[in-house]
Amino acid sequence: MKKSRSLLGIEALEPGEITRLLGLARRLHRARPRSLLRDRRIALLFYESSTRTRVSFEFAAKALGAITTLVQATTSSIEKGESLVDTGLTLRATGADAIVIRHPSSGAPHLLARHLDVPVINAGDGMHEHPTQALLDAYTILRHKRQLRGLQVAIVGDIYHSRVARSNIHLLTKSGAQVVLCGPPGLLPEVAATLGTGVRITRHIDEALRGADVVMVLRVQKERLAGLPLPMDEYIAGYQVTPERLRLAQRDAILMHPGPMIRGVELAGDLADSPASVITEQVANGVSVRMAVLLTALGAA
Amino acid sequence: MTSKSNSRSTSLLIKGGRVIDPANKLDAEMDVLLNDGRVAEVAPRSKIRGSADQTFNAKGLIVAPGFIDPHVHLREPGQSYKETIATGTAAAAAGGFTVVCCMPNTSPVADTPEIIAWITEPARAPVVNVFPIAAATVGSQGERLTDFRALQRAGAVAVSDDGRPILQDEIMRQALATAAQLGIPVVQHAEDTRLTAGCSVHCGEVSFRLGLRGMSAESEAAIVERDILLAGHANAHLHVAHVSTAAALKHIRRGKRHNINVTCEATPHHFALIDENVGDYDTRFKMNPPLRSAADRDALIVALADGTIDAIASDHAPHARYEKEVEFDRAAFGVTGLETALALALTCLHRQHGIPLARVVELFSAGPARALNLRGRGSLSRGAAADVTIFDPARRWTFDAAKTLSKSRNTPFDGWQLTGKAVATIVGGRFAYRAE
Repeated sequence: MKKSRSLLGIEALEPGEITRLLGLARRLHRARPRSLLRDRRIALLFYESSTRTRVSFEFAAKALGAITTLVQATTSSIEKGESLVDTGLTLRATGADAIVIRHPSSGAPHLLARHLDVPVINAGDGMHEHPTQALLDAYTILRHKRQLRGLQVAIVGDIYHSRVARSNIHLLTKSGAQVVLCGPPGLLPEVAATLGTGVRITRHIDEALRGADVVMVLRVQKERLAGLPLPMDEYIAGYQVTPERLRLAQRDAILMHPGPMIRGVELAGDLADSPASVITEQVANGVSVRMAVLLTALGAA
Repeated sequence: MTSKSNSRSTSLLIKGGRVIDPANKLDAEMDVLLNDGRVAEVAPRSKIRGSADQTFNAKGLIVAPGFIDPHVHLREPGQSYKETIATGTAAAAAGGFTVVCCMPNTSPVADTPEIIAWITEPARAPVVNVFPIAAATVGSQGERLTDFRALQRAGAVAVSDDGRPILQDEIMRQALATAAQLGIPVVQHAEDTRLTAGCSVHCGEVSFRLGLRGMSAESEAAIVERDILLAGHANAHLHVAHVSTAAALKHIRRGKRHNINVTCEATPHHFALIDENVGDYDTRFKMNPPLRSAADRDALIVALADGTIDAIASDHAPHARYEKEVEFDRAAFGVTGLETALALALTCLHRQHGIPLARVVELFSAGPARALNLRGRGSLSRGAAADVTIFDPARRWTFDAAKTLSKSRNTPFDGWQLTGKAVATIVGGRFAYRAE
């Protein structure tokens, strides 16, 4: 079994693999895509709703000539109670060459990868990781900054529930960036600092933004709060990124958000549309990054 | 075994072993004569006065009071696809246990004398003694006490809502007060479930990294602290099940120092493993309480050595494969453990941490007997039940989950190389297990 070609998380990647994936994405972005995955079958197994991740995986696969099928929890045997492993085995038996999975349970891609002999690509698992998002974020940063090493990156908001944050913390610290996390204790436990080397935590947004090269803003995940009391007005007062606060960052700082974005909560007014914002570009870059991931997973890179 | 051989009175002489009987402060080469289901004599070689129909040569082996597991799940009635009393007790015998105390979270919950009586019927074909622990509240709903007296008469040795801890102060107070009148302990699975909804591992670095919701040490310690306070007021006996945190041990230590009747048990998985062992979401390492931090594990080992912890309990919790081969947060809690408990104690506690053999034996015999107030068990005193565990403390072996006698294989110890193994398990004077 060649499990190693699965992409389950950034944590297990060597810095060299990250660089290689980003380089491949850059080449794919420039070149006209060729049918390197002609007639390969890629199953998109989505147990959770998704717009940008699903669409960009689908476009990436199709641009490379692959055949895709979307399997969603509500319109498949999953609804009838079929287990994840059985669903995976069924997809494998129908000829899937790779499975892209989005799942509300942390570790679901690992379970699938243990039972299948095809590559499994994590498209977001619970609160754990979202590796392709971190890769496309790094890709986006590198279109504006020369290198990741030495950059000061502020990640603001709901870190605890965020798989995007975890993947980004792994990727950025492995790449030598300085990561500062900012959020209220309920959404950012002190233990978060143990995730990567040199990760700092602050409860003061001014401190987080001062001198930052990159500001990543995360959504408050109301659906995962699980009874945690969080007065919204207090959150906004303390942690919303506003034009005034953003002025503390470097003059050429970029503003990022993995989406979906709730305007007026984590980001003030029209900041998402300001010149500093690269939020739309992030989405656009997702396709080349996922092409690179699919090619690598299927051994066609 | 035919009924004829069952009815015949038997006697067995166990010769030449090193007898360790902590209840009688005995550790010497002795012979043990069992007669008519009782311990007849323990004496130096050639000083035994009685004769026996059968002899067992225990040279080079430890001869100990029959081991007692105060906390197992035998899954009957209702969940025989996981385990039956017959298969669970077969695994117990192979692990050296002569007594197992089974928890009431069966289907239906063991909350009536009829169910307790059903569990103890010979028709269940137990290989070792089965002492049921009855539900403390009706349906283990935590609202209305069961009939403790009737349950005790039917054979229950304690009450517990294991897995569904009693949260309401007043209900816990009533349970302790009622149990105290009958001389039985209330066994509490200490977890403030109001704080642990959706949690599947210990709260710490590992849970954060894996993106899993974690149970805090406080969710255990807070219930232990409250229960000890209530037990003190009611002059009752509280037994804390599977204690797993340094914070809870602190409260237990203080309670004991203040002469409150509090006892507790710890499991082999909690002293042999830590949260990091969960690895990449390996559900064989998922149980409740969860594997804790290295500091908690270390505190457990200290407490096992110094007497704060009274007993080792396997918390044997068999589950079918399909209940474990699912997403981590959806997988059933629990691991099997009857066949590995002794070997893990000998390997981790005795060999690695230098805890004396006599103390290990105590944790399996006199300790649990005292913790669950089981009279006539846990010692080799004359007249005690002829339950004897004979083990080889030096035997090296590899645990193969595929060969388990349990119906389930959800063990984190598959393939572990261990030192120490039961060689013979004697229940009521008869062999329940003999190693090949």
